[in-house]
Amino acid sequence: MPAENEVIVRVGGAAGEGGASTGESIARLFSRHGLHIITYTSYQSAIRGGHNWIQVRGSPEKVYSQGDGLDLLLVLSSETVDIHSSAISPGGVILYNSEKIKNVENLVRQDVKKLGIPATQMARKYGNLPIQNTILIGALTQLLGMKLDTLVSVIETIFGKKKSDIVKFNSEAAQEGYNYSQQNFQPLGKKMNYTFTPKLLMTGNNALSLGAVTAGCKFYSAYPMTPASTILHWMAAHSTKYSVLVKQAEDELAVVNMAIGAAHAGARAMCGTSGGGFALMSEAIGQAGMTETPVVIVESQRCGPSTGLPTKTEQGDLLQMVGAGQSDYPKIILAPRTVEECFYTANEAFNLADKYQCPVIIASDLYLSEHFETLDSLNLDSIPIDRGLLVDDNGDGRDYKRYQFTESGISPRAIPGQPGHMFVAGTDEHDEKGVLISDVLCGIPKYVEIRARMMEKRMKKMEMAMHDMKAPSLEGAKDAELTLVGWGSTLGPIKDAMLDLEREGISVNSAQFKYLWPFPAEESEQVLGQCKKLLLVECNYSGQFGLLLASQTGIRIKEKLLKYDGEPIYPSEIVTKVKQVIGHI
Amino acid sequence: MATSEIVTYESEVKPDWCPGCGDFGVLAGLKRAAGILHINPKDILVVSGIGCSSNLPGFFNSYGFHGLHGRAMPVASGAKLANPDLNVVVTGGDGDGYGIGLGHFIHAMRRNLNITYIVMDNGVYGLTTGQVAPTAEKGFKTKSSPEGVIEVPINPIALALVSGATFVSRAFSGDPIHMADVIASAIKHPGFSLVDVFSPCVTYNKINTYEFYRPKISKLDQVGHDTHSMEAAIKRSYEWGQKIPIGIFYQTERPTYEAEDAALKNGPLVKQKPVARDPEILLREFL
Repeated sequence: MPAENEVIVRVGGAAGEGGASTGESIARLFSRHGLHIITYTSYQSAIRGGHNWIQVRGSPEKVYSQGDGLDLLLVLSSETVDIHSSAISPGGVILYNSEKIKNVENLVRQDVKKLGIPATQMARKYGNLPIQNTILIGALTQLLGMKLDTLVSVIETIFGKKKSDIVKFNSEAAQEGYNYSQQNFQPLGKKMNYTFTPKLLMTGNNALSLGAVTAGCKFYSAYPMTPASTILHWMAAHSTKYSVLVKQAEDELAVVNMAIGAAHAGARAMCGTSGGGFALMSEAIGQAGMTETPVVIVESQRCGPSTGLPTKTEQGDLLQMVGAGQSDYPKIILAPRTVEECFYTANEAFNLADKYQCPVIIASDLYLSEHFETLDSLNLDSIPIDRGLLVDDNGDGRDYKRYQFTESGISPRAIPGQPGHMFVAGTDEHDEKGVLISDVLCGIPKYVEIRARMMEKRMKKMEMAMHDMKAPSLEGAKDAELTLVGWGSTLGPIKDAMLDLEREGISVNSAQFKYLWPFPAEESEQVLGQCKKLLLVECNYSGQFGLLLASQTGIRIKEKLLKYDGEPIYPSEIVTKVKQVIGHI
Repeated sequence: MATSEIVTYESEVKPDWCPGCGDFGVLAGLKRAAGILHINPKDILVVSGIGCSSNLPGFFNSYGFHGLHGRAMPVASGAKLANPDLNVVVTGGDGDGYGIGLGHFIHAMRRNLNITYIVMDNGVYGLTTGQVAPTAEKGFKTKSSPEGVIEVPINPIALALVSGATFVSRAFSGDPIHMADVIASAIKHPGFSLVDVFSPCVTYNKINTYEFYRPKISKLDQVGHDTHSMEAAIKRSYEWGQKIPIGIFYQTERPTYEAEDAALKNGPLVKQKPVARDPEILLREFL
């Protein structure tokens, strides 16, 4: 059940009924009232029909997950009543068009307030405009004691690019819904203080794209694939404004190879996909490792295996990322844990790629990619651009060795077009100059040794990179009875669960990993070694992070909360599991 | 053409192709063509995939990228988009380009990036010891097709013509001087150019040899072929048998991809400054 100082609203309807824009309007309405929000969208792989819903949770305090319970269900289609009314918390509200949605009185529990609005009739004067949703949002605004003016500003933002009449009519319709609610309904009685402090409202993919652009990304390639496609859309929409070349290619093989080509030529380049596309990219990611080309690859995981559930979330590709491509080569895997961290991680990823001249994988997932979240601010200057070790522009390049053996394994990189430093970047094994040793030199003792040294040179970079890979510090009470161990996007639900448990007097803390490869084994042993009991929390079947942790540290976590039904983890699920593990129930 | 100009592109690495391999002729032709056009080696990027012919960048003094099997074209495309000032040449074999990399080949043509693609076409996978490749004629026997291959061959010229390539040509390793002219025209052409080269594999293809081609070769510029006629080009692309045409089949002008992409209006990506970190510009849309 939602707390008194928060509100959870859900909008349900068929695809094509405007559920997404209704949800976005509510999200913006909340954030412009100064609330922190988190949204969760459940949609299907269907363009029309089916059933989609979006949940918006708002609070003056920072919220970390979609939350549990439901204050208000806004109904756009009749099946919404069947699917969601049981989720409404006691004393909650169902808000609907009473001329379109019938039999609500009989279908919905007694302890839910049924607020019907004759919206069809009210919308009639606007002709064919799909404006019923706006009437309902107007009513919602009134029920929550929010300002109509703020809703009008949201309408201007959302419909501003269309004809001015549309803004005008929607504003009037909002007013009518507001008035109807004022005259006929009781407000929800939430104790929330609206500060109207502006906040940034963005998704993980927005933050990641913005981070990439800020980091000087000049090339982005992709093939459409949920849930990475919104990066492609944002980048394409901002291509001219930020001068980023965006290329939708024929397949993911082309996507990653184009990004590698652009990176080889000297541009900061990124590409994005989900698990299936990433599988196609694997060989080329190894190529980036072998040719020592800095490139950033975003893998936004979705529910698999194979085509799986394309619109559902999972963290099932961790081992695929760790194992991508044949043999051993340097690569770095970062898993941002929050929307805000998506921004900083993109900046960091480009710097690490340039520093270690290797591919950097950003492991996101559908939940993190697509949910909207408010941020107080972003520090745009916190991570300056560092292009790593490049050859001196004034050097003559005599005896230039692109793959020179060095202490760190990092060799000065030349960019095509620079005078004097011509070299061939080879996917075949090569010597310091880049000359391939795979054909006529292969197996000759001198070159057997060079092969081994070249392997060591590349992998040495990972020893140094280990200093940039940090184990998480424990969040919460040091001497907690139990430590929740997870990675990436599950941090939000874990944080909310910790708050809920704290209210009940149960002390847990959390170790949420962001740096996954090379794995910070020693630090992790230190952090987890202090813990009394561990509970692994992951969205996949086999506990992939647990397997990685065990392989790198020997720490085997016996207690596991593994979720693989495609839905994100809810704080309540963690709470229940924690109580079970520590014997409170 | 002075010899000294050829030397500029001379690599320290000597080719390890079989004696008599058609690829020697292509290497010589490319060096000569680059010399004709006076291109500074630092401004050339030769990209290849995998196969005997894909070893070429190592034997040519310029920047190079010796990538994965079949993936040279997208690497080259990314590099060209990042820095259109580079002369980007892709080299490889028919297995690399018309087999595993065929999808990229077609899309590169309709994209019309200003890239030159030289395919050393010999009908076999030489590096893997002579299996049948996409341009081998029906019935061609190899160790992977002992009864003769059942499929009909890819016709790269016809395929290029219908896929939007703006320069479609063919050359023969047995005539490197003619080839150098064709390659030079291809590099000079502002748009995607294909040079399909009959480059005999002396070890694994005993059918399509120098002697097989030499008496059949007919040069298109000597038979009054109109290089601006798609119809004539299509017709010529199907000529096989007693007369096999080489030279430029088709040439037309269409704006290049890089000329039309808005992000390149401000110059090559590699020379552009990163976005100013101004919250007013970057964050406003999220408020």
